[in-house]
Amino acid sequence: MPDPASSPLLDVKDLCVCYGKVEALRGISFHILPGEIVTLIGANGAGKSTTLRTLSGLLAPRAGQILFRGAPIGGRPPHDLAAQGLIHVPEGRRIFPRLSVDENLDMGGYLERDAASSLRRKEEVFALFPRLAERRRQDGGTLSGGEQQMLAIGRALMQNPTLLLLDEPTLGLAPVLVEVIFTTIVNLNKAGKTILLVEQNAWHALQIAHRGYVLQTGQVEMEGPARTLADNPSVKESYLGGG
Amino acid sequence: MDGALLEILPSIILEGLLVGSVYAMIALGYTMVYGVLGLINFAHSEVFMIGAVTGVEVFRYLSPHIENPFTLLVVAIVTAGFVSGATAVTIERLAYRPLRRRGYTNRLVPLITAIGISFFLQDLVRLIEGLWHGEFYMNYPSHAELEHTLVLPLDMTLQVKGLITIVVTLLMLAGLWFLVKRTRLGKAIRAVAQDATTASLMGVNPDSIIARTFFIGGFLGGVAGVLFGVLYTQVNPFCGFIPGIKAFTAAVLGGIGSIPGAMIGGVILGQLETLGGFYLPFFTNGAVGTEYKDVFGFVILVLLLLCRPQGIFGKAQKDKV
Repeated sequence: MPDPASSPLLDVKDLCVCYGKVEALRGISFHILPGEIVTLIGANGAGKSTTLRTLSGLLAPRAGQILFRGAPIGGRPPHDLAAQGLIHVPEGRRIFPRLSVDENLDMGGYLERDAASSLRRKEEVFALFPRLAERRRQDGGTLSGGEQQMLAIGRALMQNPTLLLLDEPTLGLAPVLVEVIFTTIVNLNKAGKTILLVEQNAWHALQIAHRGYVLQTGQVEMEGPARTLADNPSVKESYLGGG
Repeated sequence: MDGALLEILPSIILEGLLVGSVYAMIALGYTMVYGVLGLINFAHSEVFMIGAVTGVEVFRYLSPHIENPFTLLVVAIVTAGFVSGATAVTIERLAYRPLRRRGYTNRLVPLITAIGISFFLQDLVRLIEGLWHGEFYMNYPSHAELEHTLVLPLDMTLQVKGLITIVVTLLMLAGLWFLVKRTRLGKAIRAVAQDATTASLMGVNPDSIIARTFFIGGFLGGVAGVLFGVLYTQVNPFCGFIPGIKAFTAAVLGGIGSIPGAMIGGVILGQLETLGGFYLPFFTNGAVGTEYKDVFGFVILVLLLLCRPQGIFGKAQKDKV
């Protein structure tokens, strides 16, 4: 379990993000402690993906502060943040379609100059997802949706993340694969990875997360321990499919 | 067909390979930049021209110091490669990157920019070389060792400089192949070409990869410029235009964005043009002469755009939403 006394790994204060004139995030604040799984839940358009895209530098904040390990990172370019261990697995998996599985993983290890530790990490990824080892010479674009998701997570692990941002990792997957992905997330967390999880499958996300934030139209509507949120009647009604 | 015409066929094919390999090297510059940025850098023909002119200068200044023409040629090739590569990087840095920062969506903007850069570079070279009026020609010195004609099997003849062109092209292509397929930079170039945003999440700085891609394309263009100059002996500030357009045709023929496509497109175009240029006058009783060989390349471009716009190796692209 995370140590509640430790200082946050990520601390977001009053973050505002706009697409042109449209305000997507209207001053959200949240934090993640080292070793936690934190989930953001909310309807389409609530600002979940926008939050992740801002954290990883793909979008620039209009206002507010993002502190990663105590240092402000708002507005830094994505490649810079990736080098600091803030790793984003984007929505839709975004596998390089005409790079092989091996090469996709190599891209994950792009910043690792030590060939030996790259190789060791790749072996760990293959141990985690043996399916990827079988298909290592195949082009990423030829994989099934589930395999691509495994590759996307494996590629992020090659980057040795300090904080892993997962955007809809189970979207469009068969139920059995959803279980595999959720189990993997729990195991990664047990192995020490801190995770920010965005999921439409809110029920499932709240089962594995330590804490959660409910976003609505760009604002934090509710926050608390995952158990408490899962039992909250209005959360149940709005996001868990039933009241 | 006349027996004599058939006998000369191997030599014609060899000549086509020679022309085609120069096209292929220039075509790679178009195709690699298109791969990472999705824009046609029409100023690449001037990058090629600057390589050709740099070669003249190297020969002019180093001839008194370096006796051996082969050493001289190698020095000229390497120097022109770096000068052209640096030119290409400068074009990207000063012209294309500011446009990219502003988030242009209209493809005409970079295209018009490229045409402007071409005019600028042509006149810049005129200025530097002091070519104020007249014919603007600059000559590569002739060296007996380079002009020497080799007789190969099947009665094929080839000048030493032609052999050098083919060997250098093969070396450059093999080197490029290795770079793109096997090295960390090559993987990053391919990753940026496929999805620059996601590549940036892996710690890749797309701007730096784009700059290096321009350098590699420019380097190949500069090398091609020297080989072109040595083969045809005369260059001028406008000599990039025709080879540039032909290499662009070759890149489209092979499938723009595809590296093997550019190589093979160049060789095919060189063959068709040389074969057409040589045999058409015989088949038409002289009505259509060798001077029509340039028309050949462009007829191919038009037919291709009509029938298979994605080229030999290209994939049909759906419009991005």
